[in-house]
Amino acid sequence: MRLALTFLRINVMNELQYRANFFLQVLESVVALATGLIVLSLIFAQTDALDGWTRPQLLAVLGVFTMVGGVIKFAIEPNMARIMSDIREGTFDYVLTKPVDSQLFVSVRQFRLWQLTDVIVGAAVVVWAVVTSDGSEQGSVTGGGVALGFFVSLFAGSLMIYCVWLILTTGAFWFVRMEMLEELFTGLYRAGQYPVGIYPGWLRAALTFLIPIGFAVTVPSEALTGRLTWSRLALAVGFVVLLMAVTRTVWSWGVRNYSGASA
Amino acid sequence: MTATTYESGARAFVRLYSALFRLAIIEQFQYRAANYFYMIGMVTEPIIYLVVWSTVAEARGGDVGGLTPGAFAAYYIVWTLVRNMNIVFTPFGWEQRIREGQLSGQLVRPLHPIHYDIGYFAGWKIVVIVLWIPLAIVLSLIFQPELDPTVIQAAAFFVAIWGAYLIRTLLLWMLGMVTFWTTRITAAFEVFFAAELLLSGRLVPMRLMPDWVQTVAGYLPFESTFGFPITALVGPVTNEELIRGLLTQALWIGIGVAGVSIMWRRAVRNYTAVSG
Repeated sequence: MRLALTFLRINVMNELQYRANFFLQVLESVVALATGLIVLSLIFAQTDALDGWTRPQLLAVLGVFTMVGGVIKFAIEPNMARIMSDIREGTFDYVLTKPVDSQLFVSVRQFRLWQLTDVIVGAAVVVWAVVTSDGSEQGSVTGGGVALGFFVSLFAGSLMIYCVWLILTTGAFWFVRMEMLEELFTGLYRAGQYPVGIYPGWLRAALTFLIPIGFAVTVPSEALTGRLTWSRLALAVGFVVLLMAVTRTVWSWGVRNYSGASA
Repeated sequence: MTATTYESGARAFVRLYSALFRLAIIEQFQYRAANYFYMIGMVTEPIIYLVVWSTVAEARGGDVGGLTPGAFAAYYIVWTLVRNMNIVFTPFGWEQRIREGQLSGQLVRPLHPIHYDIGYFAGWKIVVIVLWIPLAIVLSLIFQPELDPTVIQAAAFFVAIWGAYLIRTLLLWMLGMVTFWTTRITAAFEVFFAAELLLSGRLVPMRLMPDWVQTVAGYLPFESTFGFPITALVGPVTNEELIRGLLTQALWIGIGVAGVSIMWRRAVRNYTAVSG
């Protein structure tokens, strides 16, 4: 934890030197949000509900989608890109010589501070959506449970994305060229802009368990819009624990397989 | 210029293009796995639109603005090919070209450097189209498109995708060349791409847009690069509309050629001034 904070501080100081990038990032977030809102207005010009989700509810999904996307670009993607370039260039040797756990070390090295604008913009949209929201379904989490369910599932969901991405990145130990992974992931993540329930069954299953966008975006959105049940939340937590164990195994297997660039 | 030198000039031109074609095909075919992953990442975008609009169509009892789920499937599957035809040299790449001095080498070549980009990326398209075919078959089996083009439509589509490719190359060249004057241009790129997404038919078929948006889009080149080629194949479209669409493409190619050559001349003057 101290290690993560130290790295975070170094990265923050680094990025504060490039303040112009901040405005660029704000513009990017605003453009992305505006596009999302335009799509919503196009959809709701034609219908009252998309697969049972009303306009404020889809707005909540858009907000969560933006937030989690911000978390990915802030903390997950830069670290994964660094692992791949380290493995390719052989500098991964230095990681292994550090006296800390290698998985922890590689996961907290790089942060892109300005990407947090997406988290803030997304949070603002979430608040807006909750304020304009309309009622909840029977048997769903209510009251203080909404906030609890939201934060727990948001955290669990982000962890799941981290796990899956790290598992895929571990592939770089075997197949050195994996740059397209980022492209692929960014492409698939876009599917999270809508509740996974609208996708056909096979795709929904893939988006829930293979690429856990369903858990990362849809479940927190369900919490906000009064659709989340305790059993679904428990499923999410159980799944993340399982996934972390798998990730741990795959990572140590990959590290053992790493032969170094100079060998 | 005598007749013979002119002829050999034209022949050199053909030779250059066929060499670039071969080079691109050989180079990019090596990266077929990378090209495929890229395509799969790209394909999620139209699938999302397709699923959303099919859901809306079903909620409305079968169609949105006359488009059924089958029509949406046809639109967004053809979309994947047109999207691939739209991939050209990125305006973000100009900064690197200028900074690393690649441009200086290109300047001493006998032909305008845009020919090298057009030739190379066109050759790449051949690889992309070959890789795209199985993907299109899988998507068609899953989403059951309603696609029944006439021979004329298919012919117009074939011309239109290459027209789209040329227009987008020229547009992005113009945008990228702004880098000669200032490198703080990324923000303008972002806005350009957002406008393009909304006004080209990439996000939704243009006829689902409000009327005033369609009017605005009529004065811009974006629809020629995306919505028009798709509609040419998917329909419904009259022969008159096809001809008008192709002429509009020709017009934008003309404007693009003029714009690129004017900007290029000024840019080069500026470039030498900087390094001189």
